[in-house]
Amino acid sequence: MDVTVTTPAGTGRGAWPPAFVVRVGRLAVTIALTFLGLLFVTFVIGRVLPIDPALAILGDRALPHVYERVRHELGLDLPLYHQFWNYLVKALRGDLGSSVLTGRPVIADIRQFFPATLELATFAIVLGVVLGVPMGVWAAVARGRWPDHLVRVLVLIGYSVPVFWLGLVGLLLFYARLDLVAGPGRLDVAYEYVVEPWSGIVLLDSLRAGELRVFRNALAHIVLPGSILGYLSLAYIARMTRSFMLAELGQEYVVAARVKGLSEARVIWRHALGNVMVPMVTVIALSYAYLLEGAVLTETVFAWPGLGLYITHSLFNADMTAVLGGTLIVGVAFVGLNLFSDVLYTFFDPRAR
Amino acid sequence: MTAARVRAWLLADAPASRAQARLGRVYLGVAALSKNPLAVVGLVIVAALVLVAALAPRLATHSPYGQDLERRLRPPEDAHRFGTDQLGRDILSRVVYGARVTLAIVVLVAVIVAPIGLAVGTVAGYFGGWVDGVLMRVTDIFMAFPRLILALALVAVLGPGIVNAILAIAFTTWPPYARIARAETLTIRESDFIAAVRLQGASPIRVLWGHIVPLCVSSLIVRVTLDMAGIILVAAGLGFLGLGARPPEPEWGAMVSEGRQFLLDQWWIATIPGAAIFLVGLGFNLLGDGLRDVLDPKAR
Amino acid sequence: MVTRPLRLLMVGLLLASLAVPVAADTPKDTLVMAKFIDDIISLDPAEVFELSGGEMIANLYDRIMMYEPEDTTRLVGGVAESWSVTGNGRTFTLKIRKGLRFHSGNPVTARDAAYSLQRVIRLDKTPAFIVSQLGWTKDNVGDLVRAVDAATLQLTITKDFAPTFVLNCLSAGVGSVVDMKEVQQHERDGDLGYTWLKTNSAGSGPFRLRQWKANDSVVMEAFPDYRHGAPKVKRVVVRHIAEPSAQRLQLEKGDIDMARNITPDQLAALKNNPDVVIGTYPKADLYYLGLNQKHEHLKKPKVRAAIRWLVDYHGMADTFLRGQFKVHQAFWPSGFFAALTETPFKLDVARAKQLLAEAGVPNGFPVKLDHANGTPFMDIAQSIQSTMGQAGIKVELVPADSKQVITKYRARNHDIVLLYWSPDYMDPHSNADTFARNPDNSDDAKIKPLAWRNAWDIPGLTKKADAAVLERDAEKRKQMYLELQRTIQQDSPFVIMFQSTEQATTRKYVKNFVSGPTFDTVFYRLVTK
Repeated sequence: MDVTVTTPAGTGRGAWPPAFVVRVGRLAVTIALTFLGLLFVTFVIGRVLPIDPALAILGDRALPHVYERVRHELGLDLPLYHQFWNYLVKALRGDLGSSVLTGRPVIADIRQFFPATLELATFAIVLGVVLGVPMGVWAAVARGRWPDHLVRVLVLIGYSVPVFWLGLVGLLLFYARLDLVAGPGRLDVAYEYVVEPWSGIVLLDSLRAGELRVFRNALAHIVLPGSILGYLSLAYIARMTRSFMLAELGQEYVVAARVKGLSEARVIWRHALGNVMVPMVTVIALSYAYLLEGAVLTETVFAWPGLGLYITHSLFNADMTAVLGGTLIVGVAFVGLNLFSDVLYTFFDPRAR
Repeated sequence: MTAARVRAWLLADAPASRAQARLGRVYLGVAALSKNPLAVVGLVIVAALVLVAALAPRLATHSPYGQDLERRLRPPEDAHRFGTDQLGRDILSRVVYGARVTLAIVVLVAVIVAPIGLAVGTVAGYFGGWVDGVLMRVTDIFMAFPRLILALALVAVLGPGIVNAILAIAFTTWPPYARIARAETLTIRESDFIAAVRLQGASPIRVLWGHIVPLCVSSLIVRVTLDMAGIILVAAGLGFLGLGARPPEPEWGAMVSEGRQFLLDQWWIATIPGAAIFLVGLGFNLLGDGLRDVLDPKAR
Repeated sequence: MVTRPLRLLMVGLLLASLAVPVAADTPKDTLVMAKFIDDIISLDPAEVFELSGGEMIANLYDRIMMYEPEDTTRLVGGVAESWSVTGNGRTFTLKIRKGLRFHSGNPVTARDAAYSLQRVIRLDKTPAFIVSQLGWTKDNVGDLVRAVDAATLQLTITKDFAPTFVLNCLSAGVGSVVDMKEVQQHERDGDLGYTWLKTNSAGSGPFRLRQWKANDSVVMEAFPDYRHGAPKVKRVVVRHIAEPSAQRLQLEKGDIDMARNITPDQLAALKNNPDVVIGTYPKADLYYLGLNQKHEHLKKPKVRAAIRWLVDYHGMADTFLRGQFKVHQAFWPSGFFAALTETPFKLDVARAKQLLAEAGVPNGFPVKLDHANGTPFMDIAQSIQSTMGQAGIKVELVPADSKQVITKYRARNHDIVLLYWSPDYMDPHSNADTFARNPDNSDDAKIKPLAWRNAWDIPGLTKKADAAVLERDAEKRKQMYLELQRTIQQDSPFVIMFQSTEQATTRKYVKNFVSGPTFDTVFYRLVTK
């Protein structure tokens, strides 16, 4: 039986060094360069931003000598190349510095804000996968018939709707009018200080502490933004599943399996989907990474205290250490997820081995 | 010529000229597209957008900028079909003029992005080696950077305004195009006819421009059309965050943002421009989806 | 089969999302308040200069002199019980109240008060100028500010300021008394406890800080041994909710007890809600236009005059600013000593056109207007754009984040700027110092008052303002300030338009919230619910 997988990218040749090693090596270089690039871009943006970083710390009415001192402390009186060098050295040492706004190490800030984003993105991706994959399969199997059209319309709506508008309308409808979900934020104040943070992910922490009321309240808060983001990733995942499945169902081995008398369900769900799952992991990883960074608007509408809000707020205060820190974390997540799916690929795709 | 003869001419197996062949392809495409009802809906929406933008002065009942503090926050009524906003401006007229802004953004981003992506991608794919390495690493860096945040930062640097929003979006949108163009180039590069052209002594630029670029264009067009909706959404998102068009420009995202204060009591202020964004996005997506089926049968 | 578990999961998720509970009420002993607090960068009283930070430390610390919630316009002793002025008005002797305790249990002494003031000068953060203008420097503050004994604080100033002016300075945030022992315990590398005090409190005020999460919340707990008795609520939670409409919604739902940033239009809809009460509190913030005198047209007196007739003051104040802004056209807010309350200007396009013609620009000119994002600036700016347009002045709006606007303003790169100003302390000099003084108009000047930022060279007015702050006769002093205000009202780069009013909305059961005229006279300790 000729078992091949349709993959969106990736080639492998049986040469030495093995493709696997080459890929990992190339990835390592890519990661290093990417980080350098990120450092450079954030630095440049921070320096050309028409906001005076000293203002963020001092406000508008500081005396001249105080102002000069702070500029000196921030290193703003040094030549540009010197500033970049300092910035580089510190970042390479793993010192993301302190946010000028919160006065805390950027790492501590991120530890506070990132779990909220992670929680929201994870909720959304679970929803997206659990609903999106079966929908994509369904559409592929029923190609050209009404389920296919239905899924297609659902997908296209997901691709077309402005998330901030959907969030506003959702709040208006489900919170203001129907009272089905809780409002903006992660928790009602009544529950806010009940559970000691452990992972920072409220849904987990409350379960761990056995506080079901807190869990339910957190769920009531996350349902709406989580579902909206989940819908967006569902659209992407369903669409990709459909097209992978279509390619797969046209393969000879599927025909062969059918001829051999395997049940249709077994052919579709076990064989075809099983093979599609590898490229799908890439899709899901990308979609997850996108959720980690793409939640800025949703976080704005739902007052969700996550990384997107943190980075945006820092940006408008010219707090570039914070912007860099946040961006690096997102960059790491991005590259990491890519790496993860790449490695997975290498192991499961016979051609890339 | 009768319709039947035109059709026969278009579908000729052995076209007599390049023009005939091309028109024939277009005709086939249109014919295939028209069989897809969803794509037709998309086409209608996009055509409507263009028409509304073109005829804005005739369709608008009021000036999109004209304020009337006495008649603010009016619900939809005869004088104001979509109601008025917080400064007493007619929302219908603003939405109609907003079509121009949206169209301008989409067209300009596409015009800027596609050539950049094409250039970077084909050069990287054709020359390979260190050129490829450098260009693709740069592309990777841009891909790893959070897009909306980069766009935000750029607009913050450049200052708000439609032109700057377009530049920022273009700056963050080109990498996928480069990737696609590179992938296409990689497959085309090895084909026999390119080898033949090269043997004839064609310069690399000539090969790229004359043979590779034209072959990459169709997949890029599909991608651009599919991306249009995404571009509209990013532009609206920038507008929503106060970084798109400058007031009082009737940009839909900014209108939603202004209207969110009034969502509970005057739903129409935020909802109507939001619906416009959605509708136009949907139009582009439906059209792009249909176009992909026609132009790129592999992806069916 | 993969389908079954998937299906089960789907059904489970759907059920979970349908079965979610509706919000709970706020806890009985906790006041939950929604407010913009994203401006807080520190809660160290030697550094706090932001609006929200000022409000927080007003509830965490007692000051040497202070305004009390019972009467937010009368200056009284805080930690100081009494005071006397000797030595030609240059020596202030203050007696510290007996039996006061810090949150830590340490007694409050004159040494703590002296340490607090010295600390402000030594740390030299933004608000230090409020006390350094009295003549104190790092070198002399050890001698000029000292504790004679545990109950006596002696201050010496180096210029002949009016005594009320000096006492007013001591009532600012920098007059907060910190717990010397506690702070010294947390001192690191000679930082005077700065790193620690940024996010902690060590005061004797009615509340102690439990937690500040930047851009998220401030939580404070009642101090049971406060000198006026324990506050009525055990805990105050201030939540940052960036959307006025979200604040309103959550208030209506009872998720919060109080909302501080609801806009006039939202309030109009709330008026019919029997569960909600709207409190109105006049403030001292002024909203104005600054016209850069480097601009070729804006520097013409007739153009400046024309623009004064091109603002729809009443149209705005009666519609989208209703209830939260009143028309005010002088640089010192009404309701305070020496305020000029006349409002001679209104929208009059014909008159403005006439003036523009006389200025030689009958067809107007293009000009940029910088302003901050968000309400109410966006709407005010668009209204001004529209009315100025009627006289041919083509205004291009340049919205940006407020820090960006200020950066540009400080570099004198604007044409017109729309901003607000709130006094640092409730003495008219606080505003005269910036609207009517510009000692050095050169580009590299050290001091950048508002007059400098608009490149307005006014040696004569500067002298008058300098004389007014030294005048000891209250009535004469008042006349001097009235004259200054009139001059600036009639012709200056400042088109002062509005004075703001806070409208705080509460659930019906919340009583006795006090919001005085400035950002740091907002008090939580009398609140009951």
